[in-house]
Amino acid sequence: MLHDSSALAVAIFAGFVAAVLGLSFWLGRKKQSAAAYYAAHGEVHWFVNGIAFAGDYLSAASFLGICGMIAFSGYDGFLYSIGFLAGWIVALFVIAEPIKALGRFTFADALDAKFNSRGIKMAVAISTLVVSVFYLIPQMVGAGSLITPLLGLPHAAGVMLVGVAVTLIVVTAGMVSTTWVQFIKGSLLVLFCGVLTALILDRGLEVNAGRPGLEELTPQVRTVRTDGRVLVDGKPQTRDHDLRAVGTIARLPDRFAGKTSTGPLRPLEYLAALEDSTIITWSAKRHVDDQGTHVTYSPVERKGADLLKPGGYFKGLTSGTLAGRLDFASLMLALFCGTASLPHILIRYYTVKDAAAARKSTVVGIAAIGIFYVLTLYLGLGAMTSGALDPTDTNMAAPLLAKSFSTTLFAVISAIAFTTVLGTVSGLIMAGSGAVAHDLVENVCGVRMTDHEKVRCGKLAAVGLGIVAMALGILFKNFNVSFLVGWAFNIAASANLPALVMLLFWPRTTKQGIIAAVTVGMAASLGWILLSADTFEKVYGLAREAAPMPFSQPGLVTIPLGFLVLIVVSLLTPPPAARSENAG
Amino acid sequence: MALFWVYVLLYGGFMGLVLVRPDLLSWRPFGGVNLAIAAGMGLIAAALVLAVVYMLARAGR
Repeated sequence: MLHDSSALAVAIFAGFVAAVLGLSFWLGRKKQSAAAYYAAHGEVHWFVNGIAFAGDYLSAASFLGICGMIAFSGYDGFLYSIGFLAGWIVALFVIAEPIKALGRFTFADALDAKFNSRGIKMAVAISTLVVSVFYLIPQMVGAGSLITPLLGLPHAAGVMLVGVAVTLIVVTAGMVSTTWVQFIKGSLLVLFCGVLTALILDRGLEVNAGRPGLEELTPQVRTVRTDGRVLVDGKPQTRDHDLRAVGTIARLPDRFAGKTSTGPLRPLEYLAALEDSTIITWSAKRHVDDQGTHVTYSPVERKGADLLKPGGYFKGLTSGTLAGRLDFASLMLALFCGTASLPHILIRYYTVKDAAAARKSTVVGIAAIGIFYVLTLYLGLGAMTSGALDPTDTNMAAPLLAKSFSTTLFAVISAIAFTTVLGTVSGLIMAGSGAVAHDLVENVCGVRMTDHEKVRCGKLAAVGLGIVAMALGILFKNFNVSFLVGWAFNIAASANLPALVMLLFWPRTTKQGIIAAVTVGMAASLGWILLSADTFEKVYGLAREAAPMPFSQPGLVTIPLGFLVLIVVSLLTPPPAARSENAG
Repeated sequence: MALFWVYVLLYGGFMGLVLVRPDLLSWRPFGGVNLAIAAGMGLIAAALVLAVVYMLARAGR
């Protein structure tokens, strides 16, 4: 769909982004001048740090992807929420305390603390780079989805805009975002999702979203011709002749018979009423011929009760095939194990010095994230029935839902999500360029650099990563961003979790075992994804059936594989020196 | 660590239900809200409760 831009929305958006970035720079400078004070006390209040956890963790993917998945496929997006939150339990109960006892602060340091090996540094640097790139893709795709309805620009332009802006920020000023900025972002995100949820409940459910024109339920065809021109239902796409917005209720429950709106509903009433309603969702079917690519969007009448149970997105659950079920189990395992394996989450855990404060802030983080995920369920369902969805892009559901209430709200929500993207992307690019410049070039290849050269090398790496991120963001446009984040979790969990857990709990773990586990876990999960049916279909444009892998999510196989490789290789190599030698 | 296994049991149990008996999730015992939604929200609440219990238990030591 083509989207109109509004001057007010753009102004609010620009002001908001400028304010957050300005604050970030200001706090960054202030922090630098007071570095000694911070190092001496390290006393960020546990509540602030807890909300900052949420700000860090709730990337654009959580917000845009989950809402979109719920809006288009129903319940299944909520399964991602459950998995994302469950990962925190692993982080809190299993990984955090023992790793803190090691007295180290980063993932690579912790893994390398016992051995001080160049091989470990290289394996971990590469895995950090791969996880960062896979985490970057959904952020860039999400940025494109935000910019499109806001500025009326095509997806690729949005991706380029973010890529250039972030690369400039990183190259000219470096990353100066602080705990306070994450705190502001995190609390605003939860607050405004709360406001949106209140508005959704107050609006209740309306037949055809209360707007004329939405009751027309004929299929719509979007064609991209080989010469690049876009047709809608056979005629050139213009603002007057475009795809219709979708997502409506056809019939309300019997107890509202004769009415077109339920009026305000309480939270549980809303879910119950939706289950008894009949909802129109739209399915997409792709067809390629010598004229170009045609996508037909057809209305499907579905019962609310069917949309609020698993199986809408994970088709394998309902088709009953073994591969489909394994795919789902694999994803849920990866989400559970992935959080504790994401390097930037582990680092965040150590911003509070005192162990009790760290635990308290994790509890606050879990509370904020949990509330947010319950709210996204309402946001997704609200979008599903808002009559405002763009059938071509699932990731736009949340911003378009906000737009169905008011342009101001839409601008604010987009701005919050956009600053989240900027923050996350610059952090990831910094982490990735650090892995390249510090770990790979200097430590592994042994290139000696002056301070000045080191900075230049890091900046070059950042520019390179920025370009890679932009290219991938455009290439992966048609994926739901939560799905892409699922892949990043798969790789992180496969490459990092076995090494981390075994190092902490199995004294016999050797250096070679860790290197082998990280390398094999990463290569296996990455290779599996590149050869999966989803990649074949949506990235290479090949037939799903041609893909050699039985299902798309590798975690179920590659996480145990990582453990197995680590155990076998460790047993085949000489045991590490006794701990006491390394204690000093 | 016991708390961790409690959660693994809850999480695994729910995912098992989704995989093996998805039909049960359509059951609507909670004022019209089905088991799938109720269990999902329950898992989120359970994570928070266990985290609080853990925090208090550690602080008590």
